[in-house]
Amino acid sequence: MEAYVAIIIIWLFLFLYALGGAIDFGAGFWSMFYFGRKDTTAASIANLYLTPSWKVTNVFLVLFVVALVGFFPHAAFALGSIMIVPVSFVLILLIIRSAFMVYSYSVQKYTKLFTYISGITGLLIPVLMLSILPIIIGGFVEVVGDRHYILYDRLLASPTLYAHIGFGLSAELFLSSLFLSDYAREAKSMETYKVYRRNAIILGPIMLSMAVAATMTLIPEAIWMVDNMVRQWHLFALSLVVFSIGYSALWWPSRKGRVGQPRVAVLSMVVQIGLASFAYGWSHMPYIVYPKLTIYDAFTNIKMYYSLLWGYAIGMAILVPLFYWFWRLFLKDKRYLTDKKVDDVR
Amino acid sequence: MDNVLLARMLFGSTLIFHIIFATLGVGLTLMILIAEIMRVIRKDNDYGILAKRWTKAVAILLGVAIPSGTIVAVMLALLWPGFIEVVGQVIALPFTLEIFAFFIEALFLSIYVYAASRLSSLMRIISVFFVALGATASAVLITNVQSWMNTPTGFNVVNGEITDVRPWEAVLNPAFGYTAVHVASSAYMATAFVVASVAAYQLLKPNLKESEKTYHKKGLMIALVFGAITSLWTATNGHTSAVGLHQNVPVKLAAAEGLFVTQPNAPLAIFGTPDPEANRVVGGIEIPGMLSYLATGSRDGVVIGLNEFPRDEWPPLFVHTLFNIMVGIGTLLIGLSFGALAYRIVFKKREYPNWLLIPLIGSGPLAMLGIETGWIFACIGRQPWTIYGIQRTAEAATKSANLGTFFVIFISLYIFLLVITALVMRYYFRRNPLINEFDS
Repeated sequence: MEAYVAIIIIWLFLFLYALGGAIDFGAGFWSMFYFGRKDTTAASIANLYLTPSWKVTNVFLVLFVVALVGFFPHAAFALGSIMIVPVSFVLILLIIRSAFMVYSYSVQKYTKLFTYISGITGLLIPVLMLSILPIIIGGFVEVVGDRHYILYDRLLASPTLYAHIGFGLSAELFLSSLFLSDYAREAKSMETYKVYRRNAIILGPIMLSMAVAATMTLIPEAIWMVDNMVRQWHLFALSLVVFSIGYSALWWPSRKGRVGQPRVAVLSMVVQIGLASFAYGWSHMPYIVYPKLTIYDAFTNIKMYYSLLWGYAIGMAILVPLFYWFWRLFLKDKRYLTDKKVDDVR
Repeated sequence: MDNVLLARMLFGSTLIFHIIFATLGVGLTLMILIAEIMRVIRKDNDYGILAKRWTKAVAILLGVAIPSGTIVAVMLALLWPGFIEVVGQVIALPFTLEIFAFFIEALFLSIYVYAASRLSSLMRIISVFFVALGATASAVLITNVQSWMNTPTGFNVVNGEITDVRPWEAVLNPAFGYTAVHVASSAYMATAFVVASVAAYQLLKPNLKESEKTYHKKGLMIALVFGAITSLWTATNGHTSAVGLHQNVPVKLAAAEGLFVTQPNAPLAIFGTPDPEANRVVGGIEIPGMLSYLATGSRDGVVIGLNEFPRDEWPPLFVHTLFNIMVGIGTLLIGLSFGALAYRIVFKKREYPNWLLIPLIGSGPLAMLGIETGWIFACIGRQPWTIYGIQRTAEAATKSANLGTFFVIFISLYIFLLVITALVMRYYFRRNPLINEFDS
């Protein structure tokens, strides 16, 4: 029971980071994609969002890692030996991405080069992170004694790896486009809104089909997982319904004569990803790494569990009002969203 | 090469890299707060410009500080699963709380930097206060785990299993107080001298306009006063830390001082090489009775020597040199900052002469070297243990391969980023010279 509460908290943190990270890295990519374009402000809208928020997004990654090893310390040996290669590459990309994103604001002479470096490295991070999912579902890990090895030859030859990668890419680009379309609307930049709305319209169905492909290609690799997912069909069906509502909201009329209700679309997609990721996670239970490591094996003691719960509860109680204020200042305040001088402050 | 050694090299080089940025992040945010307060008190916009330019420096540093901190957190779990297994059962709380300190720092920094024009003076000061508070709190909370590794409390071990966990007792372990204060004060101190270095370097330039000169002199003055206070503070709490080692981790103190034989009237050996054959430090300066006096408050106090411990529990003996470098630099910087202040205030001189500015330029790099040697001493001096008396480093390490490759990749990356960060700093502050700030 306690292990399940803990894993739901972990899911919540992972869900928050997945959303925040997808939007963050995606925005970095769009800032590169539209770099130097005179006909659209799509790049500066992306930067307007990124500049104050990337540090906060990054803390969610640390929050997830710390919570995982805090609640499930006995998972460390298995995860440590499986993750060392993919996660080290994530870390390398992460430090290059963050450093060059900050430097691109400081060194005008090389802004273009630095924006490209941070845009591309950032694009790859969610891709690498998603590639971890098929690894821990099983079929690609061999356990010899107390060591876990990834079977790279099998992994790299497996279609499910590429389906997961495709899903990571399309989800990152779709969610960030959708979010930025709403952000552009908030900033009263109709023309940028249209650019990101169009991107979202193209990318939405791609993300959905990649998600289906990722699941289908799992059948030969991890049928236990697919069986469990079938049992969660109602959650997946619900998430599909919410996706349809959100996607159609991009065409809903608004009172101001604009086509599309991006806020409805964004909120629907948050719910959709929440439902789908919860159903996916639930199907993963009770395994952290299939077939050897379950949440029960990895769970900490009950005393630490309760003190961690208190720690997170108190911390969140302090932070939630602060997040609200932050949101008001940078995602709502017209003075920030329409301030042309923001570029200088950076 | 041996896997444990590779894991230590990879993690050690990451910490050596990260600590530069972390230290400056902790110190500079407090100095920005001081400058913001000075601006309001003195009604002098020079202090506002100081705060603004230091903030820009922080923003550049954070581009590396934040992801390198993330690397440390993740690598800790990847490279030391055995350690993390114990941490998760006994001392997971400070890591959890530290996340919230990070959040406070990150949120308020963005508010302070990007919402500055929309905030009142008071709200700006409050924002930057929380930035500084978040930075220092996260350093203190990380240090909490570090201190617990030296004096592990709050649990029992029965047949190799951890039982009867008392999370708050672990947090309030005996070494926490003095270690945390020492880490925070030394970070403030090192940053103060880095700022002093930059100001001294600027003041040495010929053809400075009067307005620029006054500005740099104000910066140097804040740095010197702050540096003098914090260096003296660091020395006193450093002394408390040594007394704490004497009481809690005597083998570490013995290795730091190169003391082999348990004795009253123990001498303080400065530099030289600890020689286990001769049972003493060879080639150093010895002050008779001084170590006993420092550790116990009396020359007759007995200080425990290395010979009381089995050889395989000795830290490497070169920690004596690291310890001496750290203490030596600290002492030198107390002298330098008080000397410079005395010259200005007591002798009522209005200018800093070159013979004073040139050594001041060296003070920043020296202070950073002091921080590095201090941290390396703290970690190597705990060897062969990860958790003193409970878990050896070899038991904590991961068993996965590939570490050698990653060591090469990461160390090249760190060197590259150090160089490029320095270049970016130089480029930015040259392109946005001080003189432009006075007009606006």
